[in-house]
Order: sequence, then C-alpha cells, then structure tokens
Amino acid sequence: MSARAISDLVVPGSGQSNWLITLSAAAMGFLAVFALALSVTSANLARGWSASLAQTATVRISAAADEMEAQTAIVLDVLRTTPGIAEARVMVAEDQAALLEAWLGPDLPLDALPLPRLIELRETEEGPDRQGLRLRLSAEAPGAVYDDHTRWRRPLVQAAARMRAFSVFSLVLIGAVMSAIIALAASASLASNGQVIKVLRLVGAKDRFIARAFVRRISRRAALGASVGTLAACLALLTMPELQGTAHLLAGIGFQGVGWVLPLVIPVLTTALAWVASMATAFHVLRGVT
Amino acid sequence: MIVLDNVSHDYGGGPLFRDVSLRLEQGSFHFLTGPSGAGKSTFLKLCYGELQPSAGQVSVLGRDLGQMTRDQLAETRQRIGVVHQDCQFLDHLTVEQNVGLPLTTTGRELTESDLTDLLGWVGLGEHAKALPPTLSGGERQRASLARAVIVAPTLLLADEPTGNLDWEMSQRLLMLMVELNRMGTAIVIATHDMNLIRFAKAHVNARVLRFSGRKLQIAGAEL
Repeated sequence: MSARAISDLVVPGSGQSNWLITLSAAAMGFLAVFALALSVTSANLARGWSASLAQTATVRISAAADEMEAQTAIVLDVLRTTPGIAEARVMVAEDQAALLEAWLGPDLPLDALPLPRLIELRETEEGPDRQGLRLRLSAEAPGAVYDDHTRWRRPLVQAAARMRAFSVFSLVLIGAVMSAIIALAASASLASNGQVIKVLRLVGAKDRFIARAFVRRISRRAALGASVGTLAACLALLTMPELQGTAHLLAGIGFQGVGWVLPLVIPVLTTALAWVASMATAFHVLRGVT
Repeated sequence: MIVLDNVSHDYGGGPLFRDVSLRLEQGSFHFLTGPSGAGKSTFLKLCYGELQPSAGQVSVLGRDLGQMTRDQLAETRQRIGVVHQDCQFLDHLTVEQNVGLPLTTTGRELTESDLTDLLGWVGLGEHAKALPPTLSGGERQRASLARAVIVAPTLLLADEPTGNLDWEMSQRLLMLMVELNRMGTAIVIATHDMNLIRFAKAHVNARVLRFSGRKLQIAGAEL
C-alpha cells in the first residue's frame, strides 16, 4: 500500500462528526440548487420581460365615435413618419376581446362598451424620440396617448432583479452556514482524535500532514453529501409542472438546456469550502495542541 | 547529539531532578537506571520534546528544543526513534501500517520486503495484518521498537523496551539496537533490568546513567 493511501487512513472513518458533515452538506447542497435555480429563473424573467416590453408600445385613442376613424388615420400617419417606429398596427376587435377576456369573461359584447382604439407599435432598436412623439400626437390628435409600458415594466424588472439578489444572498448565506458547520465538525473531529494527533506527532508528522489527513476526509464527506443533495434537488426541479405560454415565475423555475450544468458547481464549491474551512480549523486547533 | 545544560524538572508538587548537565555523543550507547519515579521516562520525554524542562536547556541533534517551531520539532523527531512504555498506536491501522507510519508521515514509500524483514526480526511476521488492540503487551513493545527503528534513526530513545518480554526476545531486540548503534545510531535505554545491561556490556561499549537523589550520575563499575 502506498504512503499516500495509508496517509488517507490515519484518521478513523467513523464518528458522529463525519455524519454531521455528510448530512449538512446534502441539505445545504439541496437548498443551494434551489437558490441557484431561483437566481437563474429570475434573471431570465427580468431579461425576458425587458426584451418583450422594451420594443413595444401602444397608442390609445379616445374619441367620439364619429371622430374615431379620422383620429386613427391621423395617428397612423404620425407614426408612419416618426423615425424609430418599425410597425404600427390597429388592434382588431378580436385582439381587444382577448385582452379583456381575463377580466370580463368570454363572448364580450365589445360594441356595447365605450372602448378606446388601440394601436400596437413595434419599435426599432433605437426607438423613437418618445417625448417628441407625445408632443406631436397631442398636437395632431388630442385624444391619442402614447404608452411605452414603462409604468409597469420597471416594477416588474425591479422585482425580478430584487428576487435574483435575494437568491444570490441566500447562496452566500448557505455557503457561510456550510462553512461554519464544517469548521465545527472539523473541530469536533480533531478533539475526538487526540490520540491520533499524539501518535502522529510522536513519529514526526508535521501539522501540514496531520491537517491534510483530516481535511481530505472531511472534504470527501462534504463532496459526497453535496453531490447527493444536488442530485436530489435536480430531480425535484424536474418534477415541477411546466406552465408553458405564461410569463409567471413558476412557469420556468429550474434550468434549461445547458443550464443544467450549473448545479454541478454546487458540489465543487462545497468541496472547496469544506477544504478551506477544515484546513483553517485544523491549523487553528493544532496550534493549541502541544 | 543530546546536551542537557542545568536542566531541572518539577512534577506536581516538587522537583523531580535538579541541575542535570550531560552530553551524549553521536554513536554512544547509554542505559538509564534508577528507582521507579526517579525521572527516567521524564528524562526521555525531555529529549524528544514531549515535555519542556522547568529550567535549563535541552539541545538535541544540535538544536535547542525549547526554541523550535512545531515543524522544526517534527523534523527533529523524524530523526529520533522512540519506544514508549505505553506503546501508543493508531488502533484502526494494522501493525504493518503502524510500523510504517514514520515513513508515511514523511511521504516515503514503504518497501514491502523491508517491512516484512523488520517484522520478522521482531517476531511479528504473522501479526503484520493484525490490529494493535489484539496484540499482547510484549508484542506491542516489539511493534513499537520496529516503528522506532524503521527510519534508521540518528537517536533511539527506548523506555523499558523489554519490560514485557522473555529473556530470549529481550536479547534479540537488544542485539537489534546494538546493530543500529554500530551503524552510528545513539541509543538511550531506560530500564530496571540489570541482566540486560550486563548482556549489552558484553557486546557494546555501553555506559550507565543512574538517577539518584534528584541527580543524574554515571554509575560505578559494580555494573
């Protein structure tokens, strides 16, 4: 048996601290995957909401019935001659009914309702001069209101960004708690193996050798636990029902495509954290053991 | 090799020994005798840094033990073989793994044949794969001696290494230490066994140190 193989065995494999490390790493790995999934999902949502709303706008025309067609023609003319507007389309009755269906139900008698006319705009990447457009519309068609969705786009994007920040903070918290647990477990493991340390010192082992013997065992336990926790969390995410066609947060929580590689970072990070935390603890404890 | 300069050591309520000055040269062979509790084991522990003297200075292999960092002490111990009276092992490792531990901790590979030869020499060839708790007291002492000599130490400190052994095995192990001494290893053996000392004196130029009245003296010719 090689010296390296034996040096892996000098710390006994049994003990409560070993189970504590494995279990806590599994639990933290599980939670970390969910926090990571939430972070990725909220980032995607913010990006999606921004992208889908950033280049669209509407013009709402409120006018008397006999003036509606004239006002619409004026507005369309203004829009066609405004740089930054790629397309302007008058929403047909069916589109408006579909928009209102969620609140007023199906088979809506649109003719009986005093609804404004809506013109849907698709803007170019540069977009129009919004202030200038508003002024032109108010001058040429007083009943027309340009709406670039800023009012409700901004809070949505802010909410998604805030959610992402919370999930990243959760990841940091999980890492900190994991490090603390590893440090405590390493300390307990060193304390309960005083005889091992004594014998190793007797035969001339340096602190680095003793610390590494403990650290290797602890890191392996943490890696095992985190891998199991990560796998369990990924399986749990796969069981989430798909709500396609909606922009709801729950519709896409998890990872997509190559994004499924991301959870693999969790066991690697956990192992690295365990290595650093247990190494620091081991050197600290060994300094106090004569 | 070992230099003690006005070393005193207190134990519990009072002094164990006072103002011991001594120089043990490389390749020397010394026995350490004296009544129980006189300080033989403590003297050995001072020589490999497990204890610090209450006063005075202990230098081993040219370095003051009191001024060493933990790493320097470890490096010094890598050149010292120690046979403990209470034979400390890692109980979850086999006898051969325990015996090879001084090599393992310094990253040196174990040579299977060297290990087998050494274990055979100390009569533990059949116990190579056994765990230390299954060994008798005598077997543990032999394993402890094997672990101490596996690195061909510059200095061997042995505390009652033959205490639980029959006379034949005691002679055998003593001859192992005599052979090491001939190769240049300085040996210090704490023992009560006058027969062992007489046997050794027939094979090697051994000197006897005796603890008496809290002092360490060179024993007389009556031995």
